[in-house]
This record gives sequence, C-alpha cells and structure tokens, in this order.
Amino acid sequence: MEKKNLIDLSYYPGCSLKTTSQENNASLIYLFKHLGYKLIELEDWNCCGSSSAHSIDTQLAFDLASRNFSLAPSDRPLLVACPSCLLRLRGAYLHLEERELARRHYEKMWGKPFDAKLQIMHFFEFLDQINLLKYSNDGIRRLEGLKFVPYYGCMLARPPIMRHEKNYYGLMEKILSNLGARAEKWSFSSRCCGTFLTVARPEVVEPMVNEIIQAAIDTQADCVVTACAMCHMNLEVRCSLKEKLPILHFSEIISLALGIGKSEYKGWFSRHLVDPKPLLRALNLF
Amino acid sequence: MNSKPNANPASIVNLNQTDSGFVAEVIRRSGVDINKCWHCQTCAGGCPFVRAMDYPPNRVIRMVQLGLRKEALESSGIWICVGCNTCSIQCPNCIDIPVVNDALRQMAMAEGVVVAEPNILHFHQAVLQSIQRHGRTHKLEVMMRYKLKKHDWFSDMAVGMKMFTKRKLELLPSKSKNIAEIRKLFDQKTTA
Repeated sequence: MEKKNLIDLSYYPGCSLKTTSQENNASLIYLFKHLGYKLIELEDWNCCGSSSAHSIDTQLAFDLASRNFSLAPSDRPLLVACPSCLLRLRGAYLHLEERELARRHYEKMWGKPFDAKLQIMHFFEFLDQINLLKYSNDGIRRLEGLKFVPYYGCMLARPPIMRHEKNYYGLMEKILSNLGARAEKWSFSSRCCGTFLTVARPEVVEPMVNEIIQAAIDTQADCVVTACAMCHMNLEVRCSLKEKLPILHFSEIISLALGIGKSEYKGWFSRHLVDPKPLLRALNLF
Repeated sequence: MNSKPNANPASIVNLNQTDSGFVAEVIRRSGVDINKCWHCQTCAGGCPFVRAMDYPPNRVIRMVQLGLRKEALESSGIWICVGCNTCSIQCPNCIDIPVVNDALRQMAMAEGVVVAEPNILHFHQAVLQSIQRHGRTHKLEVMMRYKLKKHDWFSDMAVGMKMFTKRKLELLPSKSKNIAEIRKLFDQKTTA
C-alpha cells in the first residue's frame, strides 16, 4: 500500500524537527507514508516565532506565524508536527478569523486575502481518526509487554482563545494500548518540561526534569513516550539521575509497533542520549 | 520563593502614590481583562515555575491593579513565565496570564526599567536574531550568541558536548529562502 496513491498533505516541521530532532521528523514522515500520506514540506516556511517572539514583540510574533499561511496551498490541510508551533500558528489563525483589522494587515503584508478555509492541524488529529492496528503488517499487537508513561508536556494546556479547539487527552494511551502496550498512571503527563529555561535557567529545569523522570521510574514504566520534540530533548539532556529511562518519540514507537522501520530505526535511535535499543530489542520490535 | 522586602505583607501601599492608570494600560496592551481575577491563587498553585519567581502570577496582577508599576515591571515572574498555559487553563475566569506577561515584558523593555532576568531577555534576543538571519532558529548559533552576551563560555559545557555528539546541535542552519521578506518583518515592528 505504500506505493500507490499517496494523499498529499502540506507539512510544517518547525525548527526543532528540522534540525535537533531529525529522528522525530524522519520517523513521522516514514509513518505517514505507511499510512498513505505524503508529507510535502511547506515551501520556504519560516520559524513560528517560538517562545521568544511573542515574549518581546507581539506584532512580530503574529507576522512570523501568519507568513506561513500565505505560503500554504489552499487545496490541502497543513499538518503541524510540533505542539508549540501549532499553538503559535493556530493562535495567529484564530486572531485573523476574529479581527477584520488583522485580516487587512495580512492582506497588505502578503498581497492576498487570508484563506479562512485553510485547515491547520496537529498530526495527532489524523492519528485519532484511524485504527492503527489495521496498518500493522500482520495485525499483531507488538507492544505487548511494554509499560510506558505518556508525556504531553504543555500540549494539553491551551490559552483561553483556543478553549474550543480539539484536545488530545488520553490519545497516546488509547493508541498505544490498542497496539498492546500498557500505560502506567502518573501525575506528570502534562507538567511543563521547562522549555527555553533549559538555556537561561538550567538550575531551575534540572530538578524539574529529575522529578518527572523519577516519577516515571517509580511507576516501573520501561520508557516515557513524548508528544513534543522540545520535551524529548529537555527530558534527555537535563536529567541527572543515575538511573536512566529511554524517552521515545510517539512517531518512533508507533512505527515499530506496526512492524515497520526495521532498516530506519538505527538512524533514529543513534540520536538519543539514552539508548532505547536494548528495551526494544527485548520486546522483539526489531 | 525569594521575597523582596517590599513583598512584606505588613508594608502598606499608599494608593495616593501609585499609578492608577497602570491597570487600564495593561488591559489595553494585552487585551486581557485582569480585573476578572478573584485572587483565588489557582495559577500560583499550578505554576510549575512558581518557586523560581519572586511573585506568583496573581500577585503580579494584584500589583498591577494597585498601580505598583515599578514593582510589577521589575518582577522576575514576568520573565520566568514560559507560557506553558498551565495557569490559564486552570483559571476559573479564563484569564490569559501568559499574554498579560507578554505585555508586561514589552512594557518593561519600552520603559527601560531594570530587567530582573537579563539572561532570559538575552536568550529571546538571540533567538530573534537567528530568525532574522535565517528565517529559522539555528540552535548552535543561539547558544553561541547567548553565551557571548553573557561572557560565559564554560558553564553547561557538558550538556552542550552531549548534544553536539548526538548531532543535536547542527553546525549549519536550516534556512528560509526569501530572507528579505522575513527581514522586512523585523523592520516594520509596531510594538516596542
């Protein structure tokens, strides 16, 4: 099924997936290809503004986010990989929907009207609509025996302007349980990872990350599964506990659960600070 | 929490000497009606970073309401806030506290008051410089610029090296092509 009739989606990887978390990017593109979608990188996209633009210049943050809409072809949805980028892009989109003045500014900046029909969605929204087990090569629940804790970071928390948007509580638990894994209960699934304070205030972030990982270890989970590349990096680089726990991107573990990625996984996992290969090998995932 | 001397609950605020227009200005700039705040402190209880802040979020709101301009704009809390929205999703009145902090930070910069967390400001500036140059953020460059500004090359070296060996700090940036168009955005800034 990989060969025929892939459906085109516009794809916004964001700076993290494009550089520091290429393993997240590669496994996501790979997974979507298997599901029947071709992710076409948005031509000439720019940074959504990240945490910094809105912190010190609200107008610049809005302009940086909205330039990306002006580049998106209107005939297909724009898939966003990073929860943080999604927040910035959807925030700017809703602002444009609500305000005539913002739309006029947009038109002046980009020489075309704002396309209110453009769909901007996180890749979770796609996964939520399908029974992934059907895409497994042989229907086997390969994650049988794997205990994990889901880590959404701040993905589930939304600003008031987005309170009517779709949310993804329990999505990772639902999908991975369907593939055979068991989600352990813990209270840190939506604790913020510290984001950019990891650079400017590492001494604040380190104990926070240690608290998160220690809580995961205490549940006896085998690994943490993350929804966000930034969270993944912080949980890996800021953890100073002696006991290590592998941190997996959601896109990586799903690919392996479907029995795919056997020749690709090495390139993904060589970029992890905590090697997940012994755990995954013990589960016969490759 | 590191309480500042003026955070002493026993100290009396003389409302004749405070800036009564401040709250209206913050509401106008942020577009958020902070007078809806009940001071229930749910935000303070939920904030993962509250221990690193001088004042918890609702206290900064109270200072704004009381017209304590300098105290609010010089607080570290407005810079420590990363915008994770844990507070705003828990707030019973749907107050967008991170957006209020955006406004307060921008006012602090415009008014040239003492920035309580200069390193955080330097970090944001380094990120924006990187976007201005490449259209995207280049993490290695952001780190270099940040360290240069801080005159500190050696702290956190171990983590930097770990990231480098795992190719998490790319040598070359990923770039947008139409840089001229992106740079224009930086020239047209309407907010300071």
